[in-house]
Amino acid sequence: MTYVFIGSGGIVGSLLRYLISILNEFYFMQDVFPFGTLVANLTGAFLIGIFTRTFTENEKVNRTLVLSIGTGAIGSYTTMSTLSTETIRLIDHGELILAVLYIVISLIGGLAASWFGYFHTYRKVRI
Amino acid sequence: MIFHMCLVGIGGFFGAICRYLITSYFQRILPRRIPLGTLAVNWIGSFLLGYLLGITEDNELTLLLGTGFMGAFTTFSTFNLETVKLLTSKEKTAGFIYIAITYTGGILLAFLGLVAGKIVKGV
Repeated sequence: MTYVFIGSGGIVGSLLRYLISILNEFYFMQDVFPFGTLVANLTGAFLIGIFTRTFTENEKVNRTLVLSIGTGAIGSYTTMSTLSTETIRLIDHGELILAVLYIVISLIGGLAASWFGYFHTYRKVRI
Repeated sequence: MIFHMCLVGIGGFFGAICRYLITSYFQRILPRRIPLGTLAVNWIGSFLLGYLLGITEDNELTLLLGTGFMGAFTTFSTFNLETVKLLTSKEKTAGFIYIAITYTGGILLAFLGLVAGKIVKGV
């Protein structure tokens, strides 16, 4: 049964990421820079920080719910495989500087977002 | 649009479950400072997504297996949280190694997957 809850979280997370990538295609130029994945990854890294500190590390919160939202939804909302293939695509298109920029922003931004979410935001949303 | 959302959702459902199965399996069998389970799903997923993009240009198959399954199977959020926990503990070296092997391994495997897919497609 836990699997169904994790999978359901996975549906929600994947659809949100897909929605952002569609919005990105309409409003920005997906072919130039993968803003969609970047937005999903950085917001997801921030959310998992807050969520883990507030709910996952809280004994009172139901474990299935934690797995469904943390592992299922937030885990599926972010992606490493697309980040990897988009970097290859940028290099393949001769956009070496954009490829390096994409990795640097993902790397530093992702760590900063998780760090901020985990260590600094939980006080405000503590339950 | 609705059909495409269904494809992504179905892929995401199974991707998330497979990630959970693999990461909890590694945690049980090989508990290490560097979370090998997350590393494994990110490496495998990067290779397979590269392979998929190399072998097919079918939009619906890419939505189901790429955006849906591989997108949910791999994770960026958990990887960052695990790294932050390592870097803020006494395990700083493990944190730096984890970052380096996740990014270089992921990108290299995506490239190898793409090449493998294109070779298989060409045969």
